[in-house]
Amino acid sequence: MATFPEYIAQNEERDGVRFSWNVWPSSRLEATRMVVPVAALFTPLRERPDLPPIQYEPVLCSRATCRAVLNPLCQVDYRAKLWACNFCYQRNQFPPSYAGISEVNQPAELLPQFSTIEYVVQRGPQMPLVFLYVVDTCMEDEDLQALKESLQMSLSLLPPTALVGLITFGRMVQVHELGCEGISKSYVFRGTKDLNAKQLQEMLGLTKPSATQARGPQTAPQPLSNRFLQPVQKIDMNLTDLLGELQRDPWPVTQGKRPLRSLGVAMSIAVGLLECTFPNTGARIMTFIGGPATQGPGMVVGDELKIPIRSWHDLEKDNAKFMKKATKHYESLANRASTNGHIIDIYACALDQTGLLEMKCCANYTGGYMVMADSFNTSLFKQTFQRVFTKEVQGSFKMAFAATLEVKTSREIKVSGAIGPCVSLSAKGPCVSENEIGTGGTCQWKICGLDPTTTLALYFEVVNQHNAPIPQGGRGAIQFVTQYQHSSGQRRIRVTTTARNWADAQTQIQSIAASFDQEAAAILMARLAVYRAETEEGPDVLRWLDRQLIRLFMFHLRRSPFLQVFNNSPDESSYYRHQFNRQDLTQALIMIQPVLYAYSFNGPPEPVLLDSSSILPDRILLMDTFFQILIYHGETVAQWRKAGYQEMPEYENFRHLLQAPVDDAQELLHTRFPMPRYIDTEHGGSQARFLLSKVNPSQTHNNMYAWGQESGAPILTDDVSLQVFMDHLKKLAVSSAA
Amino acid sequence: MNVNQPTPMASPYGQPQPGYGQPGYAPLDGGYPAPYAPYNGPASAYQPGAPPQGPARGPPVSGAPPVSAPQPYNQYSHSRGDMQNGPPLMTQAPPRPAVPQSYNQGAVNLSGGHPSYSQHYGPPPSMQQVTNQMTGMQITSGPPTPAGPGYGTTAYSAAPPPSYTQAPPPASSAPTQPPPPSGPAASQQYYGGPPPPSQQPFNSSLPPTSQQQFTSSAPPPPASQQTFPPASHQAPAPPVSQPQQPFPPAQPPFSSAPPPVSQPAFVSGPPPPAQGSFPPRAPPPSSQPGSFPPPTSISSGQYPGPMPPHQQPPPSQPPPYLSGPPPSGVQMPPTSMAQSNHLPPGPQGPPGPPGPLQQPQSQPGMQGGYPPQQNGAFGQVRGPQPGYAGPYPGQPNYGAPAPAPAPAPPAQKRLDPDAIPSPIQVIEDDKAKSNEPFTTGVRGQAPPLVTTNFQVKDQGNASPRFIRCTAYNMPCTADMAKQSQVPLAAVIKPLATLPPDESPPYLVDHGESGPIRCNRCKAYMCPYMQFIEGGRRFQCGFCSCVTEVPPHYFQHLDHTGKRVDCYDRPELSLGSYEFLATVDYCKNNKLPQPPAFIFLIDVSYNAVKSGMVNIVCQELKTLLDYLPRENPEMDSVVRVGFVTYNKVLHFYNVKSSLAQPQMLVVSDVSDMFVPLLDGFLVNVNESRLVIESLLDQIPEMFADTRETETVFGPVIQAGLEALKAADCAGKLFVFHTSLPIAEAPGKLKNREDKKLIGTDKEKSLFQPQVGFYNTLAKECVAQGCCVDLFLFPNQYVDVATLGVVPVSTGGSVYKYTYFQAQADKERFLNDLRRDVQKLVGFDAVMRVRTSTGIRATDFFGSFFMSNTTDVELAGLDCDKAITVEFKHDDKLSEETGALMQCAVLYTSCSGQRRLRVHNMAVNCCSQLADLYRNCETDTIINFFSKYAFRGVLSNPTKAVRDTLVNQCAQILACYRKNCASPSSAGQLILPECMKLLPVYLNCVLKSDVLLPGADVSLDDRAYLRQLISCMDVSESHVFFYPRLLPLTKLESGSLPMAVRDSEERLSKGGVYLLETGLHLFLWVGANVQQELLLNIFGTPSFSQIEPSMTNLPVLDNPFSQRLREIIDSFRAQRSRYMKLMVVKQEDRTELIFRHFLVEDKSASGGASYVDFLCHMHKEIRQLLS
Repeated sequence: MATFPEYIAQNEERDGVRFSWNVWPSSRLEATRMVVPVAALFTPLRERPDLPPIQYEPVLCSRATCRAVLNPLCQVDYRAKLWACNFCYQRNQFPPSYAGISEVNQPAELLPQFSTIEYVVQRGPQMPLVFLYVVDTCMEDEDLQALKESLQMSLSLLPPTALVGLITFGRMVQVHELGCEGISKSYVFRGTKDLNAKQLQEMLGLTKPSATQARGPQTAPQPLSNRFLQPVQKIDMNLTDLLGELQRDPWPVTQGKRPLRSLGVAMSIAVGLLECTFPNTGARIMTFIGGPATQGPGMVVGDELKIPIRSWHDLEKDNAKFMKKATKHYESLANRASTNGHIIDIYACALDQTGLLEMKCCANYTGGYMVMADSFNTSLFKQTFQRVFTKEVQGSFKMAFAATLEVKTSREIKVSGAIGPCVSLSAKGPCVSENEIGTGGTCQWKICGLDPTTTLALYFEVVNQHNAPIPQGGRGAIQFVTQYQHSSGQRRIRVTTTARNWADAQTQIQSIAASFDQEAAAILMARLAVYRAETEEGPDVLRWLDRQLIRLFMFHLRRSPFLQVFNNSPDESSYYRHQFNRQDLTQALIMIQPVLYAYSFNGPPEPVLLDSSSILPDRILLMDTFFQILIYHGETVAQWRKAGYQEMPEYENFRHLLQAPVDDAQELLHTRFPMPRYIDTEHGGSQARFLLSKVNPSQTHNNMYAWGQESGAPILTDDVSLQVFMDHLKKLAVSSAA
Repeated sequence: MNVNQPTPMASPYGQPQPGYGQPGYAPLDGGYPAPYAPYNGPASAYQPGAPPQGPARGPPVSGAPPVSAPQPYNQYSHSRGDMQNGPPLMTQAPPRPAVPQSYNQGAVNLSGGHPSYSQHYGPPPSMQQVTNQMTGMQITSGPPTPAGPGYGTTAYSAAPPPSYTQAPPPASSAPTQPPPPSGPAASQQYYGGPPPPSQQPFNSSLPPTSQQQFTSSAPPPPASQQTFPPASHQAPAPPVSQPQQPFPPAQPPFSSAPPPVSQPAFVSGPPPPAQGSFPPRAPPPSSQPGSFPPPTSISSGQYPGPMPPHQQPPPSQPPPYLSGPPPSGVQMPPTSMAQSNHLPPGPQGPPGPPGPLQQPQSQPGMQGGYPPQQNGAFGQVRGPQPGYAGPYPGQPNYGAPAPAPAPAPPAQKRLDPDAIPSPIQVIEDDKAKSNEPFTTGVRGQAPPLVTTNFQVKDQGNASPRFIRCTAYNMPCTADMAKQSQVPLAAVIKPLATLPPDESPPYLVDHGESGPIRCNRCKAYMCPYMQFIEGGRRFQCGFCSCVTEVPPHYFQHLDHTGKRVDCYDRPELSLGSYEFLATVDYCKNNKLPQPPAFIFLIDVSYNAVKSGMVNIVCQELKTLLDYLPRENPEMDSVVRVGFVTYNKVLHFYNVKSSLAQPQMLVVSDVSDMFVPLLDGFLVNVNESRLVIESLLDQIPEMFADTRETETVFGPVIQAGLEALKAADCAGKLFVFHTSLPIAEAPGKLKNREDKKLIGTDKEKSLFQPQVGFYNTLAKECVAQGCCVDLFLFPNQYVDVATLGVVPVSTGGSVYKYTYFQAQADKERFLNDLRRDVQKLVGFDAVMRVRTSTGIRATDFFGSFFMSNTTDVELAGLDCDKAITVEFKHDDKLSEETGALMQCAVLYTSCSGQRRLRVHNMAVNCCSQLADLYRNCETDTIINFFSKYAFRGVLSNPTKAVRDTLVNQCAQILACYRKNCASPSSAGQLILPECMKLLPVYLNCVLKSDVLLPGADVSLDDRAYLRQLISCMDVSESHVFFYPRLLPLTKLESGSLPMAVRDSEERLSKGGVYLLETGLHLFLWVGANVQQELLLNIFGTPSFSQIEPSMTNLPVLDNPFSQRLREIIDSFRAQRSRYMKLMVVKQEDRTELIFRHFLVEDKSASGGASYVDFLCHMHKEIRQLLS
């Protein structure tokens, strides 16, 4: 047997699953003693270019409470054409189409290498993809222009059959009718009044079904579009013009006021429009905002400039008078959208906060993207937006819609909950634990928007009693069934079935310990921490975390923006947490503990410690924090660069040295979504603070190491260094042990 | 008559009165003549016919002879006839002179009493006669016998009694009668006393009432008297006398005379005697007397006739009214007419009168300045007078004859329509005397009638085009005002358009500190401010407060105390002018933005199908180039915006930078807002291409619409919000088709319930269905948002509710029921063009300040008031008039008169803030007679109609009608009691200048609002109700008394003389044009000559006339050209385009046409003129008793 790391990597590669423990303690008591629960990071749509979708539907266990999918772990009686469900032990007849089954003629789903397999559902109509742009017009002309161009560009990236719609808003909300000749039409709504779907339907004149039905069947085959959502191929030009003519919100903004921005209503109308036209169909509401909502439901700040938008300080003092209402508004929107399988993306580009704190649930519940940038006129936004429409080899988008994830477990283990961009479907079942962790109390979750990296953390509970030992060699199995709408319009079902060995903690503690996946555990615990941080009071979470402890990661996690709000606005925190909650393990790791590479004449680029001691004058550092890619030129290097040596042919090597981190950074930039902030700075540069805030402050102004030493750069901070943290930790561990 | 009398009374007859009486008469004559004209025959008839033939009204029309039946009438008619006939007049004239003389004589005899008589006569004749007849006729039927006696007693008494039963009284009257004999003499004497003068007056007729009387008397005296005596009967005389009764003697005669005469004439039987008498009269009448007498006689005749008979039945008097009254009424009028005529003349040439009068009369018949007045007055008066004389003799006759004939006559014979005051006569007389420009410098001078073309010279008081008052001589005290019941009101049309030959008000700029005003009452600088202390201060004419003159405004005074620069400054020398307002006069202390026009077009199924949408859009493309502007050289600064709607609203962005218009749909109508700011209101020239593209597309876009529901409240809200957003005032043009039943604020339900009509709940139908629109209107006014509503209903749309906002914001409602593109396009487009182009002011506030002693207490019109003094008008255009009622709160002084200053602060269509000031000074009087002498009936009617039409909102319609009748009766009774010479109660005496009050009032009472026919929808009533509320006097006049022109002969340069609105006046062989200000009819008689048809229609055949045509074919012949010219000129005169409707005699559409023949009985139960006059008389008598 391969080593655990290899095993883990192989499993991750094949199934997109990483468990905190790869051997499970066989009783509840033991499991709780392990501190870190049995849990898994699951990436439902992990890219499997080698996995051909199967053009038939899965065979399900006939037990109504089970409905597990036939999988390689099932026992099959080829002669009797029976199979036994490995979850509920129900014996099932194969369907007639499996008549030819035999030991040598097995269907794919029985082959061990197809522990993850994808079926294509043939029934039902092909649903179009729906993209609804919700565009803020209260922004500087420059920004608006850039945004308009991005939007126009995006039209060319959409499949011709995709339906698009456009809603713009400022003081009012306009729903644009598309494909009008000679005159452009739009429906306008007051920005201060929320409407439910039914009202909206009436007001948009979308209640025609009765009329058309009455008129008889000749018009029956209604195309799946309406005046507001039309196929790109049909209104390409029209929409391009329409976007081109978009003007800045014309309502005057007087001195000392913020523009009135009806974001809350605009999103509500977007949600309502899709709700009444394309329920349960994959759809993406892409919201582009240039500032906070300042009026109507969902407003997060008044229009008086002299009153700044809420800060953490205000939140602590319970001084953010709009927050609760706004949060409630967006939460209800998020719930409506997720119920109908619609995604809400938020692209917020403004220097100040835009209310992501209040709106975070929109993206978090629906699997939408949240992107934060300073301006629409930055490559950060432009590239990120473009990357939303990335296509895979076959030419479909790397996005999936309206997915549901169902988890089935062996009897000994139950699912406690999930943390990630999902909402509960409140499906009770035999495998639902009473202990809730994250979004629990269900074995099904809705994930409206998925991409190949979307990762959920699933927490399990071992329920086997101590006095009911599991036979040696027993395995616990978990099946993940993900139904989703592929971007080609097909409905697909991906089934992943995994199993892990049970071990008695008392006798086999070694193997259990060896099976511990530190990285996965760290991320799982971090998610849990972030989840708690979001839902509970901050200090408690830190204390809880301190009790849990996972060494290094925890040191950085404690310092990370996911838990620390110092120096971050509420919006930033929301943004960081949002990304953290959906990215896969690798990315999540980077987020917690940024990666630092050093470039120098002394050798090839090497990863170095994220420590202030790594900052040396003759080095170029490349730091990747996921959100930022930072190139830092040491003092000497910076001087050289300033002197222009890189321009001189004889110093070509210096030029190469300068170029190397840039090239690497580009590579990172190209693959990362959302696009990170790219920072090129040097010793003493103002932007160097990003680096200094991340590194371990082993040398500070009040630290004995700091003074007079040549190496490293002192950090002016009162934060404790890792050394101090560890010392403290050790003391704590000993004392608690005692 | 009465009027005349009063005047006489007042002055004693002699002098002051003259004016009254004469004027009155004159008109009558004039009026009559016209009618008579046809009758010409009758004239002769008088004499002959009168007796036997009498009964037949025939006289009026054809049968002069038959007319004779009316003989009594005839007599009148005769006079009339004479009048009309050139010749007859002539003849009359002569007689008149004679008469006067006789009168004089008589007067002399009577001396004391006479004068009054004479005056009375003058007045009485017309009035009385009429009434008498009326009473007599109606009442008479019953009373006859008594009447007989009555007559016997006194003509007066007779008349009254008969008509009203007072048979007995007659007896008493009889006694009086005796006096009559003397009376006549007396009257004459009076005249005589005045006689010479009186006669002269007559001639002058105008001058003194007496004149009228004189005239009347005069005529009689001469031949007439003599004749009269015999004829006495001559009702005329009697009537006259009656009024004058005070001059009992005279009256008696008159009354008596008339009765007999008339009766005889009318009635066959009794007539004989009467006739006998008549004949005599006839002769006189034939001459001047003829005319006069006739009236009188008529009245008398009627009275007598009817009276006797009726009287007995009298109890039934009321009924008689109907029947009886008419007749009497008819006769009466003439007299009154005559009186009125007299009055005018009187003033003019009191002295010379006799001769002149006669001559004039004779000459023009009607035409002569004098003639008209005098003629009418004289003739009639004279008649009466003669009658008076006759009366005595006649009286007995009456008594006797009356009984028998009376009964019959009443029914059959009624008052001769020609004998009752004729609006046409009055109008023509006024025209005839208004050759000179009217100068406004003289305080208390009544202007020419609205039907007269005249030029105005502003010499310190506002032109009558801006302000018309009901009374130009206000009572000094509240008691007097209350006693007389004459409404004190002014109809103000602040932005009236002036004819090109009159200069619009000058614009005065007093600099940064704004217009100079009185410190206390804030009145604006005007000619009534008295500069004192060498010009350093001025004393306010309104409140007497002394205010410092600001240094920059200082100017030295000349020796008369006038400022040296008086004539250089409009505000010191003119009645109307404008101030440039400063920023202090602006909303929010900010100079206003230029206004905006927003077009809101219904695009529901009905609107599209009827073609309305298409028409509006096409028209707007060109119309937008004609937005109002003050300087024709410049482009209009008015911005425009467009909205279409059904149950949702579509706004359009037509910003010039757009390649194509943008449509913004607002479907959330529950809480209206404007979806865009920039690009909604645009300059036409800048956005022309986009606008045209839009207007081209709108009809296309909605061509296939199936939406039938509409909203309305949100539409106005939308416009209002748009104006708010743009921070400007403006006007909304709403084109709407149906009852707004879609779910939205201001949603309405169909509540048309004909069962409620006539019940106490009827008023609710005029009230808005929901309170929403009142609130909305208030908001509109606050923003200066005026709403014009064009309705295209196919069914009930609840105009009462939809009209609330337009009415409260100074807007207009236009209604095109069953709109069809083909037939109604022209009318609609012309209305629209005019409505868009006309000058209009926005965000206006009007305040009327008055001298201490009176106060503006009530206002009628299209506006909103949030307090009791400021009239707020979101929009005020050149067609809107506001009627203001004044009440006393203290005493006025005769010396200073009463001043009023109407100041209107508004934003002009170029966005300039201005103050328009109109000043008006009227006299004050301590004698009721003076009040009655200076009233204007047209204006009173304007006031009454507005008052009544507002009353239906809170009172049952019947109560409103009764109130009106009652008030008029009180007015007339007060006159009768206090101003007219004592006379028999049976005589109807009308003040000269109010002699048309009954006929006009009847028109108001019969209007669709107060007395709807079965086919009149609630919407129509509500529409008319609202429409009247902002009409000026000329519009309300023609609305209530349509203009009816015979078209047989057309001359260029002048219009044919109108005829009275009665079917009797229509000749089968004629073609008539009828104009109401809203409708235009061309009535074609069944026997029209082919040539005429060819000229007009291009077809020789009556049956080939296409009744659906709305315009006459353009034919190349002078007749056709002239006719079309006339039609065009009519249309140009009115603020709304009149669609021409061709009505063929006996065609179904004739029913509609007949509705406008307001002197006839209406299908809905409205009384005929004659009937109503009798009814009025009865009311008055009841009040007097």
